[in-house]
Amino acid sequence: MSTFWWIRRRSYAFFVLRELSAVFVAWSVVFLLLLVRALAQGESEYRAFLDWAATPWVVLLNVVTLAFLVLHAITWFNLTPAALVVRLRGRRLPPAVVAGGAYAGWVVVSAVIVGLVVTR
Amino acid sequence: MEPVLWLLFSGGGVLSALFLPVLVFLLALALPLGWLSTPEREPMLQLVGNPLTAVVLLGLCVLSLFHWAQRFRYTLFDGLRLKRHQRLINAVVYTVAILGSAAALAVVWQAVAARSR
Repeated sequence: MSTFWWIRRRSYAFFVLRELSAVFVAWSVVFLLLLVRALAQGESEYRAFLDWAATPWVVLLNVVTLAFLVLHAITWFNLTPAALVVRLRGRRLPPAVVAGGAYAGWVVVSAVIVGLVVTR
Repeated sequence: MEPVLWLLFSGGGVLSALFLPVLVFLLALALPLGWLSTPEREPMLQLVGNPLTAVVLLGLCVLSLFHWAQRFRYTLFDGLRLKRHQRLINAVVYTVAILGSAAALAVVWQAVAARSR
């Protein structure tokens, strides 16, 4: 089998894109830690970091990163019912309810973080 | 060891899915591109250096790195058919995850210390 077997079918390519999202998860962590370090170091370091983060290539990379993070979140939450069987009074909750709960959690967490950052 | 690594993978999968899209949108796009009304350092440091924020941030970073490690090594095993180099790949990805976690601890600690100064 060739190294690039996954290019041949669209479902395989999608599988590889989903797996590649982990690389962008790692990059997000690196970016956030660089930001936190610049914040801790001082005013000029923080300004320099923001200037660097606003350069076209970094913005482009972070736009792509955001797209992969959303792909990761959606595929992850859609798989939640398969990984997590919730029983209520002996009856299994329908998979759509479990997935809906995961999406609701995503909305709540995102709203809380937007609130914290915007009102700080 | 494998069950622990799968647990770290899942925990990191959940946390990164919940937290990272909004954090990257706000801090990697909105903040540098000037879409936030107050991007000054002091209020950001107050928020990031808060011990509670620091603990959540550290947990997010560490578990996300172990999530990456698990998924990335399977991408190499199955995607690029490199299963014959399993031992080397495991050693490399988990070394990176552990060093990254140590760096995360150091950076988060720096922010907590800078805030209380």
